[in-house]
Amino acid sequence: MSTSITLLIPLLLGIGGFIVATSRARRFSDVGSGKMHSLPKYHGYLVALSIIVPAYLIIFLWLFFEQSVLRGVIVNALPDALTNGATPAQVSLLISQVQQAASGATFGNPDPAIVEVAGRLREAVVFSRWALPLVIVLVGLATAAVLVSRIAKRFRARNYSEAIMRGLLIFCATLSILATLGILLSLLFEGLQFFSRVSPIEFFFGTRWDPQIAIRPDQIGSSGAFGAIPVFMGTLTIAFTALFVAIPVGIFAAIYMAEFASPHVRGVVKPLIELLAGIPTIVYGFFAVLVISPFIREWLGSIGIAVSPTAAIVPGLVMGVMLIPFISSLSDDAITAVPQSLKDGSLGLGANRAETVTKVLLPAALPGIVGGVLLATTRAIGETMIVVMAAGLTANMTVNPLQGVTTVTVQIVALLTGDTEFDNPKTLAAFGLGLTLFLATLLLNLVAIQIVKRFREQYD
Amino acid sequence: MTDIPASSRLAGAPRSESAVSDIRSGLSRRKSAQTRLKIYGIVAIVFALTMLGILVGSVVSTSIPAWTQTQVRLDVTVPDDETPNYRSLVNDSLVAAFPQAERDRAALRRFTGILSNGAQFWLRDELQASGAAPGSTVSIWLPVSDPFEQLYEGVISPSTPENRRPLNDQQIADFQSLQQQDRIRSVFDWGLITNADSRFPELAGLKGGLIGSAFLMLVCLCVSVPVGVGAAVYLEEFAPKNKFTDFIEINVNNLAAVPSIVFGLLGLALFLGFLGMPRSAPLVGGLVLAIMTLPTIIITTRAALKAVPPSIREAARGIGASEMQVIAQHVLPLALPGILTGVIIGLAQAIGETAPLLLIGMNAFVTSAPTSMLEASTTLPTQIYIWFDSPERGFVARTSAAICVLLIVLSVMNLFAIVLRRRFERRW
Repeated sequence: MSTSITLLIPLLLGIGGFIVATSRARRFSDVGSGKMHSLPKYHGYLVALSIIVPAYLIIFLWLFFEQSVLRGVIVNALPDALTNGATPAQVSLLISQVQQAASGATFGNPDPAIVEVAGRLREAVVFSRWALPLVIVLVGLATAAVLVSRIAKRFRARNYSEAIMRGLLIFCATLSILATLGILLSLLFEGLQFFSRVSPIEFFFGTRWDPQIAIRPDQIGSSGAFGAIPVFMGTLTIAFTALFVAIPVGIFAAIYMAEFASPHVRGVVKPLIELLAGIPTIVYGFFAVLVISPFIREWLGSIGIAVSPTAAIVPGLVMGVMLIPFISSLSDDAITAVPQSLKDGSLGLGANRAETVTKVLLPAALPGIVGGVLLATTRAIGETMIVVMAAGLTANMTVNPLQGVTTVTVQIVALLTGDTEFDNPKTLAAFGLGLTLFLATLLLNLVAIQIVKRFREQYD
Repeated sequence: MTDIPASSRLAGAPRSESAVSDIRSGLSRRKSAQTRLKIYGIVAIVFALTMLGILVGSVVSTSIPAWTQTQVRLDVTVPDDETPNYRSLVNDSLVAAFPQAERDRAALRRFTGILSNGAQFWLRDELQASGAAPGSTVSIWLPVSDPFEQLYEGVISPSTPENRRPLNDQQIADFQSLQQQDRIRSVFDWGLITNADSRFPELAGLKGGLIGSAFLMLVCLCVSVPVGVGAAVYLEEFAPKNKFTDFIEINVNNLAAVPSIVFGLLGLALFLGFLGMPRSAPLVGGLVLAIMTLPTIIITTRAALKAVPPSIREAARGIGASEMQVIAQHVLPLALPGILTGVIIGLAQAIGETAPLLLIGMNAFVTSAPTSMLEASTTLPTQIYIWFDSPERGFVARTSAAICVLLIVLSVMNLFAIVLRRRFERRW
């Protein structure tokens, strides 16, 4: 039985349970004296919830453990002659041979022992596919039977079903923590493995980044160097180029829209600028390669400046355009949030609008603007597609935006595409970089939130 | 006593005059400072809007060649055997069109080069669809290969020196003789949407990517909407104000700022590495995007719930509704338009996301559309990336066209969100 049908069974059972329980409760409410404690539909909800929630829990756990149980089946079924003294890698090779034989993909003449085990595996898979729905149906029917038999005038079905709902809501809220925890744990787990092979001192202070490792010892090639300073420098060069574009443009645009533009102009321009934030970053990356890169090389080439094809200025400039709406709308919010009384006071003393902006509004809005800039910085260092498409792969120790640089995100993508064995420093290095990136953005974001919060307290 | 004001007036008169002129000159200086600030603002806005214009304009104009397909008309004799060799059928029809190719194998190879490599499959499908009787002759339009398509559309110009273009003079002459025979046409290329990916730009389409993206959105919707709305309802309506809920709140805000590629690392380590889910599967991609969209949905849903005035809640409580009934029967229906807007905005963000999908292998080369959640698949943005990475000239236009499709999908979603907000927004 396919998994998608299995996933539907609890829902159907739940609907069935709802109908049965509701109609039974309705019959109860018609006979005898006194009112029902709960409306019939709450009896229905209670039955439906107590069928659906455990059923999905069972399905989830079942699928979670199925793979490891099936591996156990294979290992047990394999003849001892094959498994005795085998290394874990050999065992997993055998297991994957069996799995392929079971799915019908065999090459050459497979070992008869493996074919036999594959037959056992197929039986086990079929058993698992049929046992799961059976278990769900049995558990569901049993729950429904118990609860339906307990329907009575005094049965507090509403309270129970609301308690279940409340539990589900709490579960949803904790899932968001689990997401962060999942990120942190997976990065830490793989990242620490990386740092056990490459010392953190080399990683954070080394100046040579060359993660290609020779596969055979006799191969000519690099032995791998994991000094991430050039990668960090490349990331910062591109991020600062982007901020160099985005901060003035964003802030001046925000000042104009908050203080000078007529409501009509503002109503047209503000959504248009915010469109820039809605464009997927892959589109910006394509734009950088298609338009900006040739343009900059031609323009600077015509005045005699040589620009590398993967120069940091290209992704930097495009990323700057992408960040304009972040800075402009957060600055706009910060400026308009300054109390009207401060503005009126300044205008009343004879200052004109520009002086009010520069001497009163901007200083008062500064924390909000700084918060916006920090958030934009987080975006800039974590941005991936623009740099993957427009920046280079070689790590150069430079802060010159006209030279090719690489970034943390480019390296993560380059190290992880195509190769997912988690046992060499090359792929693990991506997790080391990812951990650094995650912690850096976390820190920046916490600082930004603190700054914005402090600013709010000043005037409320 | 009288002297002092007089003297002060006397002394003050010239001073006030100079002060007035000071102020006058200062006034113009201050005014020009204000004008400068205004000009900076206008320049900034014009810069941002120009960039937006160039971006959209360049993508649309580059995409133009990809929307049409250049085709050659060949007269094909329908074969009468069960499993005909379509490749030789194509060659026979070419010989019929160019009698000089009959003996000359080099010429025949040159002419077959005009047609797309997939021409034989195209011919098979067309013949089977037409149902023409065996032995009869039908005219069939077959797609040309990428360089000739570029030639027809003027991207490759015959006036450039021969060694600087992918086609030599002979090939161009062949193509022009076809044009003189009126055998070339250009039609709207539905294949861009109805074909799956291919190595040949003239046959590559977005079907796989579109269906893959639809699967991803389905998973994302099924996971992130119930969880996100549930979490928001709990945090906004039930949660006691304590350290734990503060922690959840900070955590949600931080999750919203985590770079998208980190979610890809999570998917790689957790779903692929630890749980052993298949690579490139829409299920995994959808789960990664769901975790990524979760904070957006929680934050917008909380804002929508907050906007429902307390009077509604109090009225409901006043007539004896339980806390859960207040929320399910009164607050949620009123907050629904806001929640839906947030959901659409979150999904629009997710559908354009590429970086995390690269890490879980959704940039695989897959030549068929996925039919299940566990099959290898691409998505719309990763398909764009694959084409961007391909060296063939024709893929530049295909990439732009795919970006246009993505932008159209996004505009439709956002327009829907705006309409929803306009239509159902209530002011209290």
